[in-house]
Amino acid sequence: MDWTFVGATFMRLIAAVPLTLAVWALSVILGAIVAGAVAWMRVSDSKLLQMFARAYVAVFRGTPLLIQLFIIYYGLASLPAVRASIFWPFLRDAFNCGVLSLALCTAAYQSEIFRGALLAVPHAQVEAARACGMSSLLLFRRIIFPIALRHGLPAYSTEMISMVKATALVSLITLWDVLSVALKIRNDTLVTYLPLILAGAIYFAINYVIGAAFLRLERRLSPHLRARPS
Amino acid sequence: MGVFGIFGFGPGGWGLAMLQGAAMTLLVSACGLMIGAAIGALVAWARLSGHRPAGAAGEAYAALFRGLPELLVIYFVYFGTSTLLTGLANLVGYEGFVGVPSFLAGSLAVGVISGSYQAEVFRAAYLAIAKGELEAAVSVGMNRVLMFRRIIAPQVLRFALPGLGNLWQVALKDSSLISVTGLTELMRVSQVGAGSTHQPFAFYLGGMALYLVMTLVSTRLFDAAEARATRGMRRVAG
Repeated sequence: MDWTFVGATFMRLIAAVPLTLAVWALSVILGAIVAGAVAWMRVSDSKLLQMFARAYVAVFRGTPLLIQLFIIYYGLASLPAVRASIFWPFLRDAFNCGVLSLALCTAAYQSEIFRGALLAVPHAQVEAARACGMSSLLLFRRIIFPIALRHGLPAYSTEMISMVKATALVSLITLWDVLSVALKIRNDTLVTYLPLILAGAIYFAINYVIGAAFLRLERRLSPHLRARPS
Repeated sequence: MGVFGIFGFGPGGWGLAMLQGAAMTLLVSACGLMIGAAIGALVAWARLSGHRPAGAAGEAYAALFRGLPELLVIYFVYFGTSTLLTGLANLVGYEGFVGVPSFLAGSLAVGVISGSYQAEVFRAAYLAIAKGELEAAVSVGMNRVLMFRRIIAPQVLRFALPGLGNLWQVALKDSSLISVTGLTELMRVSQVGAGSTHQPFAFYLGGMALYLVMTLVSTRLFDAAEARATRGMRRVAG
């Protein structure tokens, strides 16, 4: 085996990791903000907002991310109205489109996680807080958020890992992420297995670190569930 | 040409092509799900068997394929099997490149991914069978095959149904990635239509609508199947 080739390939793939991580982090954060809004609509009293939130979740969870990505990157760019609008400087860039598309998709999944977590907060706790005279903000900060966080965390870590995997799709809209660099190396050198195996190892390592970090966080947040030290 | 012209069934219309693409999507996803079921059952069996090395191998397989991007797995299976086949063909004296049919590579890739998730679904379903039922089956003298057929399989399928419904939708969506290998499923047809008519927005929107119809209809079908499969059970809620 040619170790200099292995090393060079690995270094080229590592150089693409920042882009993959940037797409991941930005889309996850933006997605969480949108998800908060969608979850709020879903649990609101307005039938109209509820319907909108349901439709949003059904569309973004019921269709492949790839076609969502293409409709934003290739579809919107083909419309004269979009090209003339103030959004064009933003939407003409593949990176922005990738982040936007991934964010809108994860928002649908994350909103359902948020909703499930909110519904898991026992009503009696909310009533008790009200009886003590907590304001809505204090109630959310001290009671609802901490309980909901513990409930939502396992599903949230799964979603974070799926998002790392989803970033690989931006290789199809001209971005140089880890997967597209691996495919380029395969194309140039006609070595099939090595670049893809190394890229897979990098993705796996990223996912492993994220999964482990969430497990740590879960453990830290649930000292009351641990066995008593003997 | 208006929207009705583009998606019409007349000359120059893409309606039939889109529907054929959707049919191909269903076919390749169903094949992927079935390959995944075979792999998943095998891995679940390995993990439940109590055989240490087999269990560890099953666990490693499931962890690996749940940690890799689906697109990478599809490329790897497609290029990997083609390279393997070309190497074998060259050994027996055939010159040149041998490509694996994209349908085969695609359904295999979707199956390998789906299998890693189905393993967990089947394992959990098996563990949900009441232990007393298995003991009763043994005590009336059923042999292992009969016990599997009459007691285990019907209940595993019943308990696994909700999980399989989710994984069917995942397979349906993952199948869109097979378009990169050139298989003319719905995503690929949308791309080709978008390219040749210069109307990507209309084509991707149309493709999206068809995907949505497929997922919504299959949700209904799985709900109905679940209601039927559990009609004899008392439930906590719902």
